[in-house]
Amino acid sequence: MIPIDADHIGRVYRVGDHVDTDAILPGRYLALRDPEELGRHCFEALDPQFCTRVKAGDILVAGRNFGCGSSREHAPIALLAAGIRAVIAASAARIFYRNAINLGLPVLISPNASAQMKAGEPATIRLGAGLIRQGDASWRADPLDGEVAAILAAGGLVERTRRRLANHDTRGTAHG
Amino acid sequence: MAKTIAEKILARHAFEGDVSSGRIVTIAPDVLLLNDVSGPIAFDRFKAMEARRVASPERVVLVADHFAPASDIASASANRMLREFASTYGIAHHYEPGRGGIEHALLAELGMVDHGAVVFGADSHTCTAGALNALGMGFGSADLAAALATGSLWLRTPETIRIDLTGSPAGFVTGKDVALSVTRELKEDGGLGAVLEFGGPGLAHLGMDERFAIANMAVEAGADACAFEGDEVSAAYLATRRRDTGPPMLPDDGAHYRSRLSIDLSALSPLIARPPSPASVVPVESVAGERVDQVYIGNCANGSLTDLRQAASILKGRRVAPGVRLIVVPATQQIMRTAMAEGLLEILAAAGAVIGPSTCGACFGGHFGILAAGETAVATTNRNFRGRMGHPDSHVFLASAWTAAAAAVAGKIVSPATLSRDADA
Repeated sequence: MIPIDADHIGRVYRVGDHVDTDAILPGRYLALRDPEELGRHCFEALDPQFCTRVKAGDILVAGRNFGCGSSREHAPIALLAAGIRAVIAASAARIFYRNAINLGLPVLISPNASAQMKAGEPATIRLGAGLIRQGDASWRADPLDGEVAAILAAGGLVERTRRRLANHDTRGTAHG
Repeated sequence: MAKTIAEKILARHAFEGDVSSGRIVTIAPDVLLLNDVSGPIAFDRFKAMEARRVASPERVVLVADHFAPASDIASASANRMLREFASTYGIAHHYEPGRGGIEHALLAELGMVDHGAVVFGADSHTCTAGALNALGMGFGSADLAAALATGSLWLRTPETIRIDLTGSPAGFVTGKDVALSVTRELKEDGGLGAVLEFGGPGLAHLGMDERFAIANMAVEAGADACAFEGDEVSAAYLATRRRDTGPPMLPDDGAHYRSRLSIDLSALSPLIARPPSPASVVPVESVAGERVDQVYIGNCANGSLTDLRQAASILKGRRVAPGVRLIVVPATQQIMRTAMAEGLLEILAAAGAVIGPSTCGACFGGHFGILAAGETAVATTNRNFRGRMGHPDSHVFLASAWTAAAAAVAGKIVSPATLSRDADA
């Protein structure tokens, strides 16, 4: 996962509005669970070269309603396996958003960054502060919900839940 | 404070007192639903969480429906993982082909969703449960793993969009057309962060199967969930499936809505969603003449008895056009048996339909009816994204069973009313 209180630098790969999870990872691969295998099919219809173009650490910049459609967790698994380490979008579908956060793939919501960021050029994210920079431009993303921040701080929902179960803390939202 | 249906339902299931919109709350659902695609990943995560037990095994429903009967070795292994998890953790509600069906249709049929219930499902179409005056919310596998382990999940409480239904539908207008009128109005993301609340005098003209068809597509407008008002129709449906039924939940006067929408059912004509978006909705007439290769009648809300009856009413005494494949998938084993007893399957098969097992297969491009490059389908399903049912260069139009069956007969898209008039002439 990218650091929370330090800069992450990655190159920007852009997609448009209403990119659905079928486009991210087609349904015919849903019986697969191996991340590497899923990563090879990421965006294969939209951009057959996606896997070879994307380098580990890259940032996906999307338009409105990113990740709409199916709840398949295979979609963020495939994005991570392909090398994407953060998503910036004008808005995101609820289920995709949660799935990504749960796997430690942060999704930053910023309509302005989504509209203005340039493809193929590096950008910097300071996750904890919600700061996005590219060249001379900078944007501030919507603040993360407390629970979202807590999941990311733990490195994902599996680790957060593991700790909560170990502490017998499963009633209500665990603050802090 | 005056509440919407969603706020009332969430308040009953929340650990926190205040469930007004925008709050972070923890909700303990009545039912957790997983399938053979989302389940295996959830079980991996459950293990990684070092969870030792399922919090409430009696609330868990496992359904093999996506790749079931298994289409290959990977899916056979996934189906086996469901079987093993059920056995290890004492989950009685585990359904395989021949005893179950497509999860959302099956869950309702089993009577597991009461008025006012909350269902958390690892499938986006869990919103279908909203037809029963309940809240069904879709999640991914990690969230459902956490819910299996702890019995609850955090939520940011949604706002509510009120949709008032008025009038009564004209001929060949059914639940699917209402669903498509909703995506036409709200577009792909108008429902983000909201529950769609359906009510109004028009509701009385819609049977449960039609309500499920409408609820099923709430997520195609980006909604968190939907909630229909409970009434005599939903109460009668539950009475035959449950020992006790909770009172219908209705919104309070003065409840706060993000926005309101009114749909006059009497003004609707048969609608169709053009590829590649469930929100690209036009009257069927405006795309009439579009040639079709395959017609698919099935899915988690439109493989109902109502759909099969509508299809049979069109196909009775007719033949599927040469060069067209008609695939009919009753959504559950029970629907299949009733359709058999009513003679519907004979009518459909005599017309040239292939009757498939109760599976999600073709709807999501998994198996049992994949489209080749350049092919066009009319389907009663809920998504027509690029490549949804097969090759990225195939095309899917979404419509009602009446419109789909009419396309199968004509070999092209045609208004079911037109087809009916031609036959009478």
